[in-house]
Amino acid sequence: MTDKKIFGVTALFNDPNAIIAAARKVASSGFTKWDVNSPYPIHGIDKAMKMKPSKLGIVTLIFGLSGAALALILMWWTMSVDYPMIIGGKPYFSLPAFIPVTFEITVIMATLSTVVAMFAFFFGLPRNSHALHDTDYMKKVSRDHYGIVIEATDPNFDEKATLQFLKDLKPLSTEIIYHSEKETYPIFEPRFIGLLLGVAVVVSIGTYLMLNKLMYIVPFDWMDKQAKVIPQSGSEFFADGRGMRLPVEGTVAKGFIPYPFEGQTNPTEVLSNPYFPTKESLELGERKFLTYCSPCHGNYGDGDSRLAGQFPNPPTLHSDRARSFSDGMIYHIITVGQNVMPSYASQVTRDERWAIVNYIRALQRAKNATDSDLNFVKAE
Amino acid sequence: MHNNELTYQRKDLPSSISKIGMTLLIVGIILGVAAFFVDHTRAVYNYLIAFTFMISIGVGALFLIALEYIVGADWSVPIRRVVEFFAATIPLLALLVIPLLFNIGELFHWSHPEAVAEDEILNAKAPYLNVTFFIIRVFVLIGLWSLFYFFFMRNSKKQDTTKDQKLTTINIRLSAIFIPIFAFTITISAIDWLMSIEPHWFSTIIGVYFFAGTVIAALAAVTLATVLLKENGYLHPAMTNDHLYSLGALLFAFVNFWGYIAFSQYMLIWYADLPEETFWFMQKWEGSWAIFSIGLIIIKFLVPYITLVSQPAKMDPRKLKFISIWLLFAHFYDLFWFVMPEMEELSGGYSFSWIDLVFPIAAVGLIILVFNMKAKKENLIPIGDPKLQRGLDFHL
Repeated sequence: MTDKKIFGVTALFNDPNAIIAAARKVASSGFTKWDVNSPYPIHGIDKAMKMKPSKLGIVTLIFGLSGAALALILMWWTMSVDYPMIIGGKPYFSLPAFIPVTFEITVIMATLSTVVAMFAFFFGLPRNSHALHDTDYMKKVSRDHYGIVIEATDPNFDEKATLQFLKDLKPLSTEIIYHSEKETYPIFEPRFIGLLLGVAVVVSIGTYLMLNKLMYIVPFDWMDKQAKVIPQSGSEFFADGRGMRLPVEGTVAKGFIPYPFEGQTNPTEVLSNPYFPTKESLELGERKFLTYCSPCHGNYGDGDSRLAGQFPNPPTLHSDRARSFSDGMIYHIITVGQNVMPSYASQVTRDERWAIVNYIRALQRAKNATDSDLNFVKAE
Repeated sequence: MHNNELTYQRKDLPSSISKIGMTLLIVGIILGVAAFFVDHTRAVYNYLIAFTFMISIGVGALFLIALEYIVGADWSVPIRRVVEFFAATIPLLALLVIPLLFNIGELFHWSHPEAVAEDEILNAKAPYLNVTFFIIRVFVLIGLWSLFYFFFMRNSKKQDTTKDQKLTTINIRLSAIFIPIFAFTITISAIDWLMSIEPHWFSTIIGVYFFAGTVIAALAAVTLATVLLKENGYLHPAMTNDHLYSLGALLFAFVNFWGYIAFSQYMLIWYADLPEETFWFMQKWEGSWAIFSIGLIIIKFLVPYITLVSQPAKMDPRKLKFISIWLLFAHFYDLFWFVMPEMEELSGGYSFSWIDLVFPIAAVGLIILVFNMKAKKENLIPIGDPKLQRGLDFHL
């Protein structure tokens, strides 16, 4: 018995008013390491114990405010700086729309931080065992009694004197609590680990069945089967059987300029290149040429396809015929296609097509360079 | 902890209270009558604001009584009489409404048959918005409120002498009936008195909006009276600042609730951007009304929120006195902001007139007088209530 270490002494009461009176006496006799245990919060116990106001509110305030700031910065950055999008005709930065999100983030940051701070600072994690656990005292104060415990680490603690002090408070009973001889870690018990695993398995199976099976069973499939038109699918609703509607006749999409020379073989007189072969234009042309033209025409326009015979090779762009084409002719070919080459009007915009023309001109010049061209290079 | 003997010595309120109330009321009435002669329309609109303010104080207090019974609150029992005295203004509403009924034509566009005839929307709303049904509604509502006030008060008074616990049970049952009726009637009053001034506009949240403001006003009045009475020793000495804390916390909760509801109303209308709804808010953005609109956010939400947010502030008598006066003003301001831009002459912006200050004076005077009258007749503490001891023992 004597080699056991004392944790503290406890006293039990069976009346909330008695515990408040007792707590008042303990608080005024100078003890610091002591606590009251009760099955539910007792009104007025904070004052009786002379406890200082909790500091938890500060954590809540700081994290609540940073939640609000964070949410606003996030929405401001994503919605009006990084990827501005017009939604419902509202300005990029429209505060009323952001308030609900700000409110939610504020609340969630404030509450979560409060819970985490409570665990970290007040519950003494990661300690997972306590001398009071599994004692008769703890079982009683968890049910229908109220208890006071004075810990041995208190500077005023003296085994006999403190016990007598508690007895003078006229409790139901007093008890000396010892530290248990060996530390036990209930979280490593097979039973507990088994329980965790069991819960994990049940939750996983449940989630799997919910998301993969239940959602496709009548009547839970209402999300899956909606009365709406899916893109590229037919619809009995419209007379022509198409789900997607054609634009109204004679209308033109925003930013689109109709091409008036379709079907003509050589509209070169009216089509002239509006762009000078500047550095920007040539770089844009190179990028687009490598993306859209080079698979068939080859990286340098030699007609050496990278498609290894899956598609007929086009003739080289460096033939005399190709070199004699006007800019407008090349533009026309890109726009409407020629022989097996399809139209690239939907992939490459008008400006990009002219840039490609400029780039092809540069390629042709390079492939058929003369000695005099070297003088320019040397001059640089 | 226990005060085994419940000692309560009845004390009459000082006579200066009735003098203050009487002076305010008489000054208010004289200036009010003058206002009707100077600018009839403006006087009617201001009278409407003061009237809805009176509804807020009276019916809001009645709601607080029912709330105490139905949730089984202990802490508010020692101050229930204060709440009941404010609810005593309810039967007066039947008298106060009469000047408004004579001016229905001035206030409500829908009351003119020739205007309704050429307006498709008003035509469709005519089965509800017509003068006969309106007057019936007004008196049915005031009748219902008065009836419940009468029953609550009679049982509460009877308990002072009989100390019969059954009376509490009866009042709990009455509360269960009253709460849904209250929800319904306060919504109808909001629609009738506030929303139908602009009969083309509609907001489905208007009832809750008025309810939130109503409870704020009633709570503020109760808090102010409680703090003043407690400071001057008219309430039970066992009452602590913990009781005040509950009032402060409720005020804080309802300030938040009002902010939530007011913003919800604004955001939904702003988001949907339908012209038939947005024009109402646009009116409140015309000229100097924009300042009033911004002011509403500051006065009715930001200032009370910041004042009451910390725990000690909710039980500080000085701060509570300040904020309850502030919130009473804020509720009046809210109603003013709601009603006045609908007046045709003021639709482009606010211009000051002394008439706007007259009717609140009379309303405050009347409330003080009624409170004082009831305080002379009844005990300031419900001494027969079985929960009184627990209420006095209340600690945080």
